[in-house]
Amino acid sequence: MKFHSQAVAKPYFVVALVLFFGQVLFGLIMGMQYIDGDFLFPQIPFNVARMVHTNLLIVWLLFGFMGASYYLVPEESGTELYSPRLARVTFWTFTVAGVATILGYLLLPYAELARLTQNELLPTMGREFLEQPTIIKIGIVAVCLSFVFNIGMTVLRGRKTVITMILMTGLVGLAVFFLFAFYNPSVLTVDKFFWWWVVHLWVEGVWELILAAILSFVLIKVTGVDREVVEKWLYVIVAIALISGLIGMGHHYFWIGPGEYWLWLGSLFSALEPLPFFMIVMFAFKMVKQSRHQYHNRAARTWALGTAVMAFLGAGIWGFLHTLAPVNYYTHGSQITAAHGHLAFFGAYAMIVLAIISYAMPIMRGRPHGNPPSAQRWEIAGFWLMTLSMVGIALALTVAGAWQIALQRLPKAGEALGFIATQEKIIPVYWAREILGALFFLGLVCYLISFFVGRSKQTVGTESLAKSRLPQIAALPALESK
Amino acid sequence: MADHLTKGMARNIYYGGSFTFLLLLFGLSFHTLRELPERDYRETMTEAVATGKEVWENNDCIGCHSLMGEGAYYAPELANVFDRRGGGDERAFRGFLQGWMSVQPLAAPARRKMPQFNLTAEEIDALAAFLIWTSRINDNNWPPNIEG
Ligand code: HEC
Ligand code: HEM
Ligand code: HEM
Repeated sequence: MKFHSQAVAKPYFVVALVLFFGQVLFGLIMGMQYIDGDFLFPQIPFNVARMVHTNLLIVWLLFGFMGASYYLVPEESGTELYSPRLARVTFWTFTVAGVATILGYLLLPYAELARLTQNELLPTMGREFLEQPTIIKIGIVAVCLSFVFNIGMTVLRGRKTVITMILMTGLVGLAVFFLFAFYNPSVLTVDKFFWWWVVHLWVEGVWELILAAILSFVLIKVTGVDREVVEKWLYVIVAIALISGLIGMGHHYFWIGPGEYWLWLGSLFSALEPLPFFMIVMFAFKMVKQSRHQYHNRAARTWALGTAVMAFLGAGIWGFLHTLAPVNYYTHGSQITAAHGHLAFFGAYAMIVLAIISYAMPIMRGRPHGNPPSAQRWEIAGFWLMTLSMVGIALALTVAGAWQIALQRLPKAGEALGFIATQEKIIPVYWAREILGALFFLGLVCYLISFFVGRSKQTVGTESLAKSRLPQIAALPALESK
Repeated sequence: MADHLTKGMARNIYYGGSFTFLLLLFGLSFHTLRELPERDYRETMTEAVATGKEVWENNDCIGCHSLMGEGAYYAPELANVFDRRGGGDERAFRGFLQGWMSVQPLAAPARRKMPQFNLTAEEIDALAAFLIWTSRINDNNWPPNIEG
């Protein structure tokens, strides 16, 4: 670690992983409820489990992005963080607000939560992903502002690199587009129109900038490749991401009221959205091939390459699968959407957070050259189990979606099965999803175990130093500081 | 291509390109917002429709159901439930919804469950108004059939 203040990232990463664990547990609960409607009913109705699942996801990813920024921005800028104290205050505010929200969902009927938090003053609740009480949303804005301010001041104070500039645009965009969560007009079509300004402009817009910036940072560190090589491509990738993604939002405007020209615009522009994801794959493998040093944290490199590949698979391939209007007409709001949502969220955003944790956490724990091999074995086992299970989950949900469409949507009215009758036919596939989900959970457990394996002071560095790899190791910090 | 493109050019494409397309998005959005009232029949929106939307949100119906294909995929699409369960007849649908909401949860074992929300008759009527209005929005003919 080059700067003391980078260490504020540590609690962010720890909480991110705890919330991730909770998210997956609630995923498994819902997976059971898909099969047996009486499972945990009425103690945890499906909608409550879903809120907890998706809100935990978003919050742990935000914790991850914040931790990543607090870690990498001082190092990139070559200066201490502007205010480590503010970062700690923000951390506690966000943690308390997050935990309170989840407890509120679980302990109170939702309508009661809305009443207690005076939703009628500024109604923002009850919309997918934006279920948080208004007061919590205001808290999220405060947390984001303090975070962006802290990071921004650090960037201003130090060296401005391409990575920090792109990260900054991404973070400012994240904060700005979240403001649309407060706009909830009583006209449903307008509400839906701007709901996507949070959801789409996040995951298919500014978050891609955050992803590209963090991934570049990790790749530079694990390969030692010169940043000059990285920078130009980074600009090109994020440029294409935004140029295709902004109007690509039209693929969400097909069937919710807006006019017919969105069928063309949305299909055309969103068909280009896989391109930047493809370029990320090319660029990641190229960098690893050109590695300038033998890096001992194999796990971090595995996560970085995995992110590139899985983001392309989930967002690029599975996104393209249903993005053209004539296809989306049949797949819209089916299990195909869920298949894509899972693979893309995991492949792009969960994995990039796990990648930076894999790189930074050992360093913050006093293991500058990565975890001991025994710990890395657990971590890499976790990587494969989670990654392959998630691919399996996406395949299962794709089969479920295709089956659903065949039974319920393709036949003419009268011959088509109803929604619930269709779902009951698909139950075998939902069993497969649930079993794969259990494997995913097992992978997560392996991954978490890796943090507790290997004696705390025994690191790759010390182990291999003993094996007389001295010159290489000594060269590392010099390369890393590039 | 790589050699002709300098870092400065790449940066300009990023800032310039993004900004241009953001402006284009603003323009298109402006046009869409002006066109929307004709497509959602805004003039037929009553007080009850707005109240219905509040009841819808305060009870997180979207956490199980989809509405115009967005939301959750656990329970039936509801943007066309007026046509499916009310046959396009407003009185029939209002009656259906009062009955439906009052009998939840159904006793069928292992079937997916909808909770009891204990809504008042007026709240349910507002929900009905909201769902009826929603069913008439011009949504380019989605879904493919009445099953949603
Ligand atoms: C916990 C999940 C859940 C929540 C929350 C929920 N529902 Fe349902 N709803 C269901 C399920 C499951 C069915 C299908 C029940 C069946 O067919 O046995 C259903 C069916 C319906 C139907 C009949 C649809 C049809 O075509 O048969 C209507 C109308 C409905 N719900 C309205 C609502 C409204 C309004 C709300 C919010 C106040 C709501 N639901 C909240 C789970 C839920
Ligand atoms: C990492 C990036 C991405 C993530 C995390 C992501 C995630 C999601 C999620 C969660 C949904 C469901 C939204 C809802 O609940 O209504 C969704 C919908 C959709 N996504 Fe993505 N997505 C990404 C990239 C892409 C890309 C690149 C494309 C196109 C090539 C795409 C195409 C679509 C389409 C067409 C839908 C609508 C599905 C429907 O009609 O039901 N996505 N995405
Ligand atoms: C491993 C076990 C998991 C299971 C069994 C599971 C199950 C589910 C279920 C049943 C839903 C609700 C679908 C519906 O609306 O009907 C859901 C939603 C969602 N889950 Fe998971 N999940 C799991 C893990 C994950 C992981 C690891 C991620 C991402 C990192 C994730 C991201 C999401 C997202 C983004 C949604 C919303 C999808 C949409 O709106 O289209 N889930 N999950």
